[in-house]
Amino acid sequence: MKINSPLEVYKYLPQTNCGECGEATCMAFGSHVIDRSLKLEDCTPLLEDKYKKKYLELGELMAPEIREVIIGVGEHAVTVGGDDVLYRHQLTFFDQPAFAIDVWDTMPESELVERVTFIRDFKKFYVGRFLRMDMIAVRSTSGDPGKFRDVVSKVMENTELPLILCSLDPEVLKAGLEVSAERRPLLYAATKDNWQAVADLVLEYDVPTVLFAPDDLDTLKSLASTFMEMGRYDLILDPGTNPQGNMLRESFENFLKLRRAGIKEGQREVAFPLMSVPLTAYLTGGDAVSSSYWETVLATVFTVRYGDIMILHSIEPFALLPEMHIRDTIYTDPRTPVKVEPKVYEVGSPGKDSPVIVTTNFALTYYTVESDLASNGIDCYLLAADTDGLGVEAAVAGGQLTGQNISDEFKKVDFDFNEKTGHNTIILPGLGARLQGDLEDATGMNVLVGPQDSGQIPPWMDKNWPPKPK
Amino acid sequence: MSKKIKLSELGSLFNGMDVEALEGVTIEGDIELEMDASGGLNPQLAYMLGHETAQIAQHLINISRLMGYPVDQLFGSMARAAVPGVARPQELLRSKFEVARMDEWKNPIQEVTLGATSADGGSRGRTITLGGENALPYYFDSPMPHRNYVTMDVFDMPIGMAKAVKVNYEDVIESPAEWAKKVVKDFNADMVTIHLISTDPNIRDTSAKEAAETVADVLQAVDVPIVIGGSGNPDKDPEVLEKAAEVAEGERVLLASASLNLDYERIAKAANQYGHVVLSWTQLEINAQKELNRKLMKQCSVKREDIIMDPTTAALGYGLDYAYTNMERIRLAGLNGDDELSFPMSSGTTNAWGARESWMVKSPLKEDSDWGAREYRGPIWEIVTGLALALAGNDLFMMMHPGSVAVLKEITQSLHGSLERDTVDISNWVTAEV
Ligand code: B12
Ligand code: SF4
Repeated sequence: MKINSPLEVYKYLPQTNCGECGEATCMAFGSHVIDRSLKLEDCTPLLEDKYKKKYLELGELMAPEIREVIIGVGEHAVTVGGDDVLYRHQLTFFDQPAFAIDVWDTMPESELVERVTFIRDFKKFYVGRFLRMDMIAVRSTSGDPGKFRDVVSKVMENTELPLILCSLDPEVLKAGLEVSAERRPLLYAATKDNWQAVADLVLEYDVPTVLFAPDDLDTLKSLASTFMEMGRYDLILDPGTNPQGNMLRESFENFLKLRRAGIKEGQREVAFPLMSVPLTAYLTGGDAVSSSYWETVLATVFTVRYGDIMILHSIEPFALLPEMHIRDTIYTDPRTPVKVEPKVYEVGSPGKDSPVIVTTNFALTYYTVESDLASNGIDCYLLAADTDGLGVEAAVAGGQLTGQNISDEFKKVDFDFNEKTGHNTIILPGLGARLQGDLEDATGMNVLVGPQDSGQIPPWMDKNWPPKPK
Repeated sequence: MSKKIKLSELGSLFNGMDVEALEGVTIEGDIELEMDASGGLNPQLAYMLGHETAQIAQHLINISRLMGYPVDQLFGSMARAAVPGVARPQELLRSKFEVARMDEWKNPIQEVTLGATSADGGSRGRTITLGGENALPYYFDSPMPHRNYVTMDVFDMPIGMAKAVKVNYEDVIESPAEWAKKVVKDFNADMVTIHLISTDPNIRDTSAKEAAETVADVLQAVDVPIVIGGSGNPDKDPEVLEKAAEVAEGERVLLASASLNLDYERIAKAANQYGHVVLSWTQLEINAQKELNRKLMKQCSVKREDIIMDPTTAALGYGLDYAYTNMERIRLAGLNGDDELSFPMSSGTTNAWGARESWMVKSPLKEDSDWGAREYRGPIWEIVTGLALALAGNDLFMMMHPGSVAVLKEITQSLHGSLERDTVDISNWVTAEV
């Protein structure tokens, strides 16, 4: 972004405060454009002909420093790049890195289908959504265009995930494109040796491509300049991911250099998404577990430092889970904790004898507790108290969770204890034990203190529920 | 529909964009490019206008699309179809890549040495120095003077551990001295942390004197520098750490920890009196960290070379986003000149074992895919948690699993540049049989 104050954005807006964008004023809209929570296109008047010039100018000023590249089509399309800062606390990182898992054209068909299905379906629930893998990278290990074409088709039959077509042989890439161009796959890769033929494919099929120049930033930049000259901006740069020793250090430096040049120095020829290939961990000759571990390590390094898209090999859950989590860690928006709507949720189908349980609206807390209850078949009412997205302990320590405000929360959502329950009892989290007296005073209810970890609720319930009459 | 665009309008569009094709092109008068929605750019027209104009048209379309302008609706099929006449260059446009070093990192991180050899009145075989950085970790702006170090956890009584961890310590769990020997000899620990958790009044309420004997045993058993940790009980810790500091006089141990919720003055005083280093521990709050460091220096006269910080480690998936950014901000603030934050950092990486993913047999959710074998999940959880913090600026790692220690050392030393490994040819990774 070239500008950073709402006032500067305001100058380009229609300035009518018409409210079409959902904001009360153009100025308010401007501040959302700056923090990138709203898009220019949300101001529909701005798209009218008479504002076209301003719209285009503003679009140019607001474009992220690192270009965005879209791979794939439809709901599975992934966007990579889009960053404006070097450190996440300066704003937030946008467009989390896309993770592709490889398949290859010398695989037996049954294995191929099984692998693709596994990648497509692998998922882990985390704070209200599923973490998943994003793409399939099809590698030509045979060098045979026909085989490659068949495997690409087979993959497409089994998943709609976007594809990366991997071969340094343009004939092979062409064969893959013939069957998959409609899906806007990413080509891997144009190099100093094959770039002319790959460029012809890119122009003919209008697809994004990776430029690959291992350990040679001059050549990488030259390739980028050359493709830009042809009007191609949907480029991804791969400076090489060396798996070990000092060469790994050099690869790490290259990522730092490219991103710094792109964001801090505004060097447009390298302000593209970066690709890392942690799969190279498998080239070091270790056993399967070590290689898988090392691949996860490389994926972590390049998720933290500027990789925007990655090609991985391991499908071991012990590799996939931490990879998906570190990506989420780095790309979650540090400006706001992830929260759920504060209200009383019904877990299962609660009745008059079901417990009423208090937790907070920090998404991690809420979903942990909710899943512990649901997966153990405990029907209950669960209050996610509004702590502004803080967990139990932090909210107790900071005063966002008190006896009084828990009581207020129940009132706010009109939770009628007499109608819903026959026991007048509330259960507090163990870490909120010190709120017990206050909550009793504020509500006049019987307040029980549960265990510290919600995973312990089932055995605790066996002993303490239903509550003994006083 | 046909759309006319005047070349003179292009100027404003390209303004500020580095469009090389426009350089050297002089446009005289207004030429109108007619773009027919039905059949792409008329090739004849392109020919007549010349190759450069066609290129400009292509640029216009690409740039407009890039900026989110709905060109595809405007030009219909035209924009999708490749433009005939866009020739690609015959030669690579040669350019050189350069990038500047950071000039705002002017303030080095304080160097702090742990352990003392006989030359300095201690009995350690060697010392370990942390800090001294002039840049973020492993950055090319300035070499990182010291690599990262790992101190492995030893407890003064048997404690609950994840199964994957426990199997490594079953034979030594009753003896802190043997445990300490094991982590140094077998697991290559750079340092040992002795956690005096049994001193907690709610656990065994071991006396400070007995705890000090355990410390003496550990100092006897190994000759690496050590960390002494209390039980975390704010009322008991000052007394326990004072006694421990006394028996370890001259060894330059790290006293863990001084924090705002206990009598940090007593811990600071013990460190000053017996020649130790203080671990300044706060909970994920940069201003609290500044405050405590300031108090240690100003109010308790702890010297700069006697302070290490622990800004708190939260596990991957359980707050690592906060821990990571907190450390990165602290390190950047230090490098940029904040002398209340320019100290080496330590991480309780062992906290990663609190994450459910690291120890649960399987996911509690039926919707989840199979989590696979937990023996492998735990160690990698500890590695990834530590590694993220290494990249944020953390210097010293407190860890538990031997496999995690080995891998974390391998990666941090690789990035540090202190590991020689064979060069692997990656130029043709695509065809590799893996
Ligand atoms: C991440 C974190 C933060 C983040 C908050 C992130 C967030 N969105 O909540 C930030 C950085 C903002 C933060 C700030 C502070 N924090 Co803080 N923080 C942590 C940390 C590292 C992890 C907390 C966490 O996310 N846990 C995971 C969630 C899922 O746990 P949970 O909400 O407690 O839910 C579990 C249980 O409570 C239970 N449960 C939940 N609901 C229910 C319901 C029932 C019925 C039952 C039975 C069980 C149950 O099961 C859940 C799953 O296990 C802890 C230390 C630690 N490692 O635990 C310190 C910690 C909680 N923080 C602490 C402190 C002191 C603070 C601050 C006051 C620091 C300061 N001086 O500013 C501030 C307070 C901010 C405020 N309130 O205004 C202290 C609290 C000490 C205390 N006991 O009083 C802790 C324990 C650190 C410490 N050891 O000193 N913190
Ligand atoms: S839609 Fe546009 S013109 Fe209307 S208030 Fe929003 S920003 Fe202003």
